[in-house]
Amino acid sequence: MASVRTARLLTGSEAVANAMRQIDPDVVPIYPITPQTPIIERFTRFVADGETSTEIVNVESEHSAMSAAVGSALAGARTMTATSSQGLALMVEVIYIAAGMRAPIVMAVGNRALSAPINIHGDHSDGYLARDSGAIQLFAENAQEAYDLMVMAPRIAEHPDVLLPVLVGQDGFTITHSAEPVELLPDEAVRAFVGEYRIPAPLLDLSAPRSQGMFAMPDYYFELRHQIAAAMERAREVIEEVAAEYEELSGRRLSALEEYRLEDAERALVCMGSTAGTVKDVVDELRAEGERVGLLEVRSFRPLPIERIRAACSGCSEVAVLDRADTPGGVGALHAECAAILCGSRARVRGHVYGLGGRDLSPAEIRAVFAGAAPRYVGLRSAS
Amino acid sequence: MAGLRPWEELPIGGAVEPDPALRPRTGGWRTGLRPQVDLDGCVNCLLCWVYCPDSAIRVVDGAFAGFDLDLCKGCEICAAVCPAETIAMVADDG
Amino acid sequence: MKEIRWHARAGQGAKTASQLYAAALLQAGKSVQAFPEYGPERRGAPMRAYTRFDERPIRRHDAVAMPDAVVVLEPSLLRDVDVEDGLREGGLVLVNAEGSANGYLAVPAERLAAGLGSRFVNLVMVGALAAALGEPSLEELQSAAAALLGAKVDPHALAAALAAGWEHVWRG
Repeated sequence: MASVRTARLLTGSEAVANAMRQIDPDVVPIYPITPQTPIIERFTRFVADGETSTEIVNVESEHSAMSAAVGSALAGARTMTATSSQGLALMVEVIYIAAGMRAPIVMAVGNRALSAPINIHGDHSDGYLARDSGAIQLFAENAQEAYDLMVMAPRIAEHPDVLLPVLVGQDGFTITHSAEPVELLPDEAVRAFVGEYRIPAPLLDLSAPRSQGMFAMPDYYFELRHQIAAAMERAREVIEEVAAEYEELSGRRLSALEEYRLEDAERALVCMGSTAGTVKDVVDELRAEGERVGLLEVRSFRPLPIERIRAACSGCSEVAVLDRADTPGGVGALHAECAAILCGSRARVRGHVYGLGGRDLSPAEIRAVFAGAAPRYVGLRSAS
Repeated sequence: MAGLRPWEELPIGGAVEPDPALRPRTGGWRTGLRPQVDLDGCVNCLLCWVYCPDSAIRVVDGAFAGFDLDLCKGCEICAAVCPAETIAMVADDG
Repeated sequence: MKEIRWHARAGQGAKTASQLYAAALLQAGKSVQAFPEYGPERRGAPMRAYTRFDERPIRRHDAVAMPDAVVVLEPSLLRDVDVEDGLREGGLVLVNAEGSANGYLAVPAERLAAGLGSRFVNLVMVGALAAALGEPSLEELQSAAAALLGAKVDPHALAAALAAGWEHVWRG
């Protein structure tokens, strides 16, 4: 949380646009969509005002935006873009390609519900759709975290052991359009932190010609795709290394997982994004009433901090996992994974789906979740 | 899958460096025709080099230097694009 | 923590009002949050915006269900919208209106703005709200307005609109 004395009032969108201005990417291929649009509106104004040297590529769809980003990133240019909802859905095909070709693209996501019906408000359905693409996926709790994660993202994406796309998610409207105190680092500090863009084999390096985007038969596809899984494993450590370095710079620690008052907790709640802030207030209230409760805030959905989740919940008897996206016909994604991670521990794991299409989650509902009194679909109107 | 390399030894993202020793011999399934050139008519425009889909046009010191029949599939594109009409397709005797 | 709800029609500047009020409180050392709530996006449609402020850092991101004060920038909304919905006991309702309006605190913002030759009804109401709640100071509001909007609008015009609302409530 920013110290209010030095903070500016910025929306999550403006915060991220400022991070992009400070990073000064070489290329930004972009297509507008609510609630991401304010990010790129603000950023393109910085470009037009000469505050960055970025080349904006106006494309005809998100599919083209991500395709251009892959070419640009592999050619040797630091490349960023942004999207939401249907735009992310349209990009997903190419995100798999970006991951497979190891293109370290950084993308801001204003997480929003998927159609139909059309809805412009926040949930995590779009992020879940990209879950297995091979992209790293981070979720911000507030505008400050959206800024911080965006500054950290190039370092994670471009690390020589990682080389994967990084999606920095913030809840649509709840963060993208919400003005909050945000502390920006000095421009030169951000530039020094992210450094120069370097990838092992830029296509424009004519002294070492290479072909990218190869065909692979059953004899090699498995091995090449497994590189992504290995890079994800390594990314767990890289995220913490970058977070530690970023803490030295900013005083703020953005770990892949935040444990809030979990030390002696009997009951834990697991969630991602802006909801975590509301849960923290409820945890404080319940603690003041003598309840031993805590929050596990997942900031890195991919890679999921598996061992740390296991360790953090080892002492809990009840773990409630909140998914802000539905898995019709199955089990909520985060719920299923936490259940698998905690299999064999003493914790009983429950799952809830909440907040679809921007539906509010109230402190009273969060209390009901902690009390074990909430239905599987929290906040759903139901005749039964 | 004996002799195949493990995932740790593969280039990142499957980026492939050119390796002449490993190049596929696409000429192995040629159509039965092969290109023949009348060098007196060649104007060195190198359009054949531009259009050849199989890198079968040899260029030495910036000048046309014949065909690589290990690669040529006999597709006739070079003959079709040659503005001097100096490339002809002839029966491939093997 | 205090929570304000702003009612307006889209395009009347409620989002700006919610942010300006927050920006001034931020300058005054408070933690703040300001956010709009849109329905289908079209000019003239009823919309809401919110401002939260507190001495302690604000972490929650749930909806504002029980505002401490409600500001209505557009009096015609009183017919269609329950502006008192969820209002806390003893909560304040300010309405841009002449005379009295349902017992709410009426601020003739339209007339006050017109008297200044401006259209900043929203800023007049921000000034009135600050005077009614006792924070932030008029100077903090004017300085925040200059920082937030001064690049587009003459800061003197901003300051005058804020002062007009402030003084109307201050003088009672």
